[in-house]
Amino acid sequence: MSFPWANHYEPQHPLMKWVDDKLPLPRLVYNAVGAGYPVPRNLNYMYNFGVLAGFCLVLQILTGVILAMHYAPNSLVAFGSTEHIMRDVNWGWMLRYMHANGASFFFLVLYLHIFRGFYYGSYKAPREMIWLLGVVIFLLCMATAFMGYVLPWGQMSFWGAKVITGLFGAIPLVGEPLQVWLLGGYAPDNAALNRFFSLHFLLPFVIAGVVILHIWALHIPGSTNPTGVEVKKESDTVPFHPYYTAKDGFGLGVFLIIYCLFVFFMPNALGHPDNYIEANPLSTPALIVPEWYFYPFYAILRAFTFDLILPAKLWGVLAMFAAILVWFFLPWLDKSPVRSARYRPLYRVFFWILMVDLAALFWLGGAHAEEPYIMFSQIAAAYYFLHFLVIVPVVSSIERPKPLPYSITEAVLGKDDDAQLDAVAAAKA
Amino acid sequence: MIRLFGILTGLVFAGVALISFIAGFITWAGEEHVETAEHVAHLAPQKQDFSFNGPLGRWDTVQLQRGYKVYKEVCAACHSLKFVAFRDLADLGYNEDEVKALAAEWQVPGIDPNTGEANLRPGLPKDYFPLVYPNNVAAAAANNNAIPPDLSLITKARHDGPNYVASLLTGYEPTPAKLKKEFKFETPDGLHYNPYFANLNIAMAPPLSADGQVTYDDGTDATKQQMATDVAAFLTWTAEPKMQQRKQTGLWFIGFLFFATVLAFMAYKNVWAGMKPKKPAEE
Amino acid sequence: MADTTGTATPDMVAPEGDATGEGVRRRDFINIAAVSAAGVGGIAVVYPLISQMAPSADVLAESTTEVDVSAIEPGQAVKAVFRKQPLFIRRLTPDEIKQANDVDAGSLRDPQTLKERTKEGHEDMLVTMGVCTHLGCVPLGAAEGENKGEFGGYFCPCHGSHYDTAGRIRKGPAPLNLEVPEYEFADTVIRVG
Repeated sequence: MSFPWANHYEPQHPLMKWVDDKLPLPRLVYNAVGAGYPVPRNLNYMYNFGVLAGFCLVLQILTGVILAMHYAPNSLVAFGSTEHIMRDVNWGWMLRYMHANGASFFFLVLYLHIFRGFYYGSYKAPREMIWLLGVVIFLLCMATAFMGYVLPWGQMSFWGAKVITGLFGAIPLVGEPLQVWLLGGYAPDNAALNRFFSLHFLLPFVIAGVVILHIWALHIPGSTNPTGVEVKKESDTVPFHPYYTAKDGFGLGVFLIIYCLFVFFMPNALGHPDNYIEANPLSTPALIVPEWYFYPFYAILRAFTFDLILPAKLWGVLAMFAAILVWFFLPWLDKSPVRSARYRPLYRVFFWILMVDLAALFWLGGAHAEEPYIMFSQIAAAYYFLHFLVIVPVVSSIERPKPLPYSITEAVLGKDDDAQLDAVAAAKA
Repeated sequence: MIRLFGILTGLVFAGVALISFIAGFITWAGEEHVETAEHVAHLAPQKQDFSFNGPLGRWDTVQLQRGYKVYKEVCAACHSLKFVAFRDLADLGYNEDEVKALAAEWQVPGIDPNTGEANLRPGLPKDYFPLVYPNNVAAAAANNNAIPPDLSLITKARHDGPNYVASLLTGYEPTPAKLKKEFKFETPDGLHYNPYFANLNIAMAPPLSADGQVTYDDGTDATKQQMATDVAAFLTWTAEPKMQQRKQTGLWFIGFLFFATVLAFMAYKNVWAGMKPKKPAEE
Repeated sequence: MADTTGTATPDMVAPEGDATGEGVRRRDFINIAAVSAAGVGGIAVVYPLISQMAPSADVLAESTTEVDVSAIEPGQAVKAVFRKQPLFIRRLTPDEIKQANDVDAGSLRDPQTLKERTKEGHEDMLVTMGVCTHLGCVPLGAAEGENKGEFGGYFCPCHGSHYDTAGRIRKGPAPLNLEVPEYEFADTVIRVG
């Protein structure tokens, strides 16, 4: 779109010409994800996850709308209607397992997409808006997934709803009235279930809207690439179609194979057995944990156990929200002019330490709330904040980056004739 | 400015987390760390060789029929099966008339067509297995305050469910003297020691008390182990009657996807042919 | 191998070096095969998405209804439920049977004789759906004291369709006779569906 050498949409068929005159939707698609969008030619497989995330959103909306045709959002029958889907509805078992595992795989894809952004500095100028919208999408996905997990009305659904709304109870003064207002009662019940269902149905369409903004914002500067060097000329790019549609098609195939292995052969491996017990307000499961994709934030929540000025519970809640909110500030915390960690030797080390830290938080979030796990999570949580708020700004000031290639073309082919011309011109000057 | 504010915020959060760590560490270091009886004696379920294990697993319908008989004659005294309908028993290899006959052996709540009063009538295929107790209060009152769980989903509601059920049913034993001595662990009156149960003391009395408790129609020797395995298989079916269909559908999906992905990979290489450099520049 | 340093190849062509006709055709074939496989997969997945809207197993299980008809007196009718719709079971009086048989079936809008609409040996048991064939209202006439219409059978109040004692349409907008569902007698019990 913004590159002068982009292909132009030229409808051949008279009907397509007619449509293009009245409503240039095919032109929009052509320029957005077709041959009219020039993309850096050196994207690696880590750049597949944006398209996969879009696929997951469509998959979740499709299976979700179908499940809503059979599900009953009433606390008396919600659990039974879920079993009705699993037992009696034609292919209901498959659609529900696809939706439940689809949520897990959606988050897997989102995390890889985000971590790719960390590594290659995708959040840096001029792409701050893409990043901010992405964090908004992630937050909306978390809200949607949480409310969706409540719907089967099993034990984990119920206690998850209770614990998460209980977080709001930590807010001074307004906390408890706020929690009661959120639930429409003193504990999760029919009122909460109904509003969660309504919002769980609504939010995916809001997400779809923000995704459109995310892609729109992406098309202003174009995609980043593993070198972090901006596109200079036509030889740096290839048209999205067929080059990246072909690559994404292959990536989608690999993704679907792994996804289907879970859906058909271990559909409950990512869930928790307690959610096959109907919600019981009088009995708490031995271990209350959210779904795995919330583990890092849950570990951070539980890491704060010391009343320092504020009560520990409030510290935990603040830290959990701050853990995601810091992502909003990342473009301004990292002032290094070099994007890609490939040319940032020091940042690259800390990136991998962050990955180890997050792996630890993933493990600790699902562990029992007992020692020594809590002590580990305290160290891991401390490092998490140090990374984003201290290490990233400091490293970006003191680091000496490696020399960048002249262009993407040079990075790919090993030489770029223009570079020599430029060098000659510079020498003459 | 953002960076300065950020660094301060980061130090505050990291500091509070580390103070929590230090406080936790001091408490932890000062405590005596004794192992609990649960930690020492609790056992993971024993692996059973079920016909439905593995991606190619199928139901052994003869075993499911035996398991149904164990459920009906033993478990059904206390445990309901409320999400299963009699019509579902057709999956066990019964024909329509047999399903009708099996359903009619159960009494389900009905309505007298003349007076409109609640009554009991023989079950029809469309009916669901009846509740044993009208509500949890009645269930608790009849069972020394322990509520017998509904068994429809029991093998999905426990870790490693099929193996767990089979192990639990055969796992009763006297409380080990070692536990009594070292941990002062007691099994109170009315509870029963079972190392496969989470807190080791289960309210359910040993349901399978003797070999031959159930007489199998197919002549299989009804040992306790056999009955436990059969009913565990039956309860795996009740928890997920579509498991066999799921695995078979899955094989088709995976097979097709593998084929399509290979094609997609070839098409990808094909489209990119000529775009890649002779030698990869880096990575 | 062509020198690709100048410009990125803008569209899908084989590199000039090995652009023999054979190579191009094989490559096209793979691309077409890959896109077709995706299409076939997409279409196959649509099947469960459509099939899920069909009646579920519990609904199908309810689709058989059994009614004991031994207590129904001549001239009396009972309403039962079949597939969540009313089912009229009526024991005809000899007079009503005569009325139905006196009509020339060929002259009717939907020509059928009473014999064709009942089971052999049970010509006095008229089993029909209580659903008007016009737009699906429940006709009157099954319960005591209701308007049986001009022909002594059933009368649909919605748009004024009159059915006779054999449940055949005689007057009004309905196009067909009241539907006789599939059923069979087992002693005094009829099994519908």
